Amino acid sequence: MGDLYQSQRAMRNMRRAAMQRGVVAILDVGTSKIACLVLRFDGAEGQGEDGIGSMAGQSSFRIIGAATTRSRGVRFGEVDAMQETERAIRTAVQAAQKMAQVRVDHVIACLAGARPRSYGLDGTVDVENVHVTDADIGAVLAACDVPDYGADREVLHAQPVNFALDNRSGLADPRGQIGHKLTADLHLLTVDAAIVQNLLFCIKRCDLELAGLASSAYVSGISSLVEDEQELGSACIDMGGGSTGVSIFMRKHMIYADAVRMGGDHITSDISMGLQVPMATAERIKTFYGGTHATGMDDREMIEIGGDTGDWHHDRRTVSRAELIGIMRPRVEEILEEVRLRLDAAGFEHLPSQQIVLTGGGSQIPGLDALASRILGQQVRLGRPLRVQGLPQAATGPGFSAAVGLTLFAAHPQDEWWDFDVPAQKYPSHSFRRAVKWFKDNW
Amino acid sequence: MRPLRGLFGSGGRAPFRDPAPTRWAYRYQRLMLTPSFRRAVRVGLPTALLVFIGSYWAAQDKNRAAVTAQYNEFMTDFQHRPEFMVTGVDITGANVSVAAAVSGLVDVEFPISSWSLDLPVLRERVLELSAVEDAVVRIRAGGMLEVAVTEREPVAVWRHVDGLRLIDTEGHMISMIPNRSARSDLPLIAGDGAMDNIEEAMALFAAAEPVFDRVRGLVRMGERRWDLVLDRDQRILLPTEDPISALNRVIALHQAQDMLDRDIVVVDMRNAGRPTVRLSSYAMGGLHRVHASSGAEE
Repeated sequence: MGDLYQSQRAMRNMRRAAMQRGVVAILDVGTSKIACLVLRFDGAEGQGEDGIGSMAGQSSFRIIGAATTRSRGVRFGEVDAMQETERAIRTAVQAAQKMAQVRVDHVIACLAGARPRSYGLDGTVDVENVHVTDADIGAVLAACDVPDYGADREVLHAQPVNFALDNRSGLADPRGQIGHKLTADLHLLTVDAAIVQNLLFCIKRCDLELAGLASSAYVSGISSLVEDEQELGSACIDMGGGSTGVSIFMRKHMIYADAVRMGGDHITSDISMGLQVPMATAERIKTFYGGTHATGMDDREMIEIGGDTGDWHHDRRTVSRAELIGIMRPRVEEILEEVRLRLDAAGFEHLPSQQIVLTGGGSQIPGLDALASRILGQQVRLGRPLRVQGLPQAATGPGFSAAVGLTLFAAHPQDEWWDFDVPAQKYPSHSFRRAVKWFKDNW
Repeated sequence: MRPLRGLFGSGGRAPFRDPAPTRWAYRYQRLMLTPSFRRAVRVGLPTALLVFIGSYWAAQDKNRAAVTAQYNEFMTDFQHRPEFMVTGVDITGANVSVAAAVSGLVDVEFPISSWSLDLPVLRERVLELSAVEDAVVRIRAGGMLEVAVTEREPVAVWRHVDGLRLIDTEGHMISMIPNRSARSDLPLIAGDGAMDNIEEAMALFAAAEPVFDRVRGLVRMGERRWDLVLDRDQRILLPTEDPISALNRVIALHQAQDMLDRDIVVVDMRNAGRPTVRLSSYAMGGLHRVHASSGAEE
């Protein structure tokens, strides 16, 4: 874990260097598209009297370059064909750089698949002095007993979500407060190490330095949940191409994240198989005529599905929209049932508010919210990402909630475990202080 | 053996690949977006190329000689345009002999370009003439070199072992004159160090105005004081300090009692508290005789 701690710290330093330089790229490597945004940071933002800058602190950066390309070589949000993925990343980065007219060296990426797994940890330490200091927080985070999550997995996020001091719980920031026993709850998210390594290798092959790595489910939640939803408890369901991310937020912290390895591409492939059409045609039919709720009108609406075999009867096939919906609906239901299982496993029903926000490209299927409210719960809405400065109109749709969330993550990353010094590293000075304390107490 | 690529994709065709920049195109674009590299290519490279071509061209003697020749030719043509030509010299403010000396100094062949004339040097050379107090050398419109000379004004004649010279108020010697009668209007000065005190000498001459027809000249004695020499070999020995008031006293005595008309050889005013006169030997004998007869009468 020490190795990972160091590498995450190195990534944080890289992010700081990128901030200093003022330009950082956002890379969302998804199954259906790869999006690259170039951010320019205009130095320190002016903060208001309440310590919050204009536009809730999002005015400190501006998107000066944006590019999207069709993804290739990615399946289930994981790198499948490395050469192809590298070419796709190169295409996106080059186009974004060209739009921004600036060279980008640092990139912050997000990861959709890689089988995320959440752990809730807690740790307790005695406060060394009367007041809680940074060192105490580092100590309590280090004191969390880490489960055995497997040798081939790595920690992607380790965020302190709650602090308790003596019998007071729910502290956001206990520093400076007086107490004896400090308890911290830590949310740990691990992913498959090999898959992360593959993505890192692809990015490295594009001459880019990684300045941060985040879970796609987490960053979509940041961008598409509004503040009170994050505060009261809500789930963000990011329906991507190859995987559907689930993240649960509570008290402005992510407390659970998971991913269902099914997405829009599976719906497309169902259509492709059901209607005997190529994937590209199936994708087009899905986006133009797709739906989840058939009405009487849909029986009469015939869709030409075409073909280029030369056989007139084969090429003039038509299908009613009701049939198309009949193909799509079971798969959408399957995805939502899987999501439901994950939410139940996480204990979502115990949250005070059970708002569910559907986002991602897959959430654009007409009638999805009605279907989702049947399966997931009553409070369902469709989410779009927050508006950030300079974002092109083409990139404001729900499919870009992960990319926009990454920009927010780049500007204001959540404090993670590796942002605090592990006390073992400063042990000598502490031991001396402890010796002095012992003398003071006993003489 | 079938290539591996053909096994994939539909119908054995090579699978369609989305367009993507090659590694090198990608790197080239990133390189060109690097500000320092961009500047080097857009400014540095053309500059270096120009400098290289220029230095290669200039490294050949033939080219450099051609440039020098071209430059010289142009300069000569330009400087010898008619508006820059000087056709003659015009000396003003000098009498004939000084003008002849000045024109001897201006040893240039006319016509000459005004760029080739060094007027300050010419002026220095004219100023070296002892008779010239100041000179203005300039090129007048119309291509004339004008030398406006201010001559020194002689105020006295100075007698020295080798002859008579004219001097001006500042003690500069102007020229020699053959004899005293050539400038009998000017007073005569003699003696070592006389030249350094011309102003005092002029003041003394002014004070001696009542007896001016009798004054022969002033002699500087021992480079510290003046003797006023009158005709009949009379001398008035003036003190070092304040000789003018001493002379005024003598003049006053003369005007009251016609002292200088008497048979006196020397009036010694060197000691202000005890002016002394020396009679001639004949007058002294007469004085003794007067004393003797008056004594016999008693």
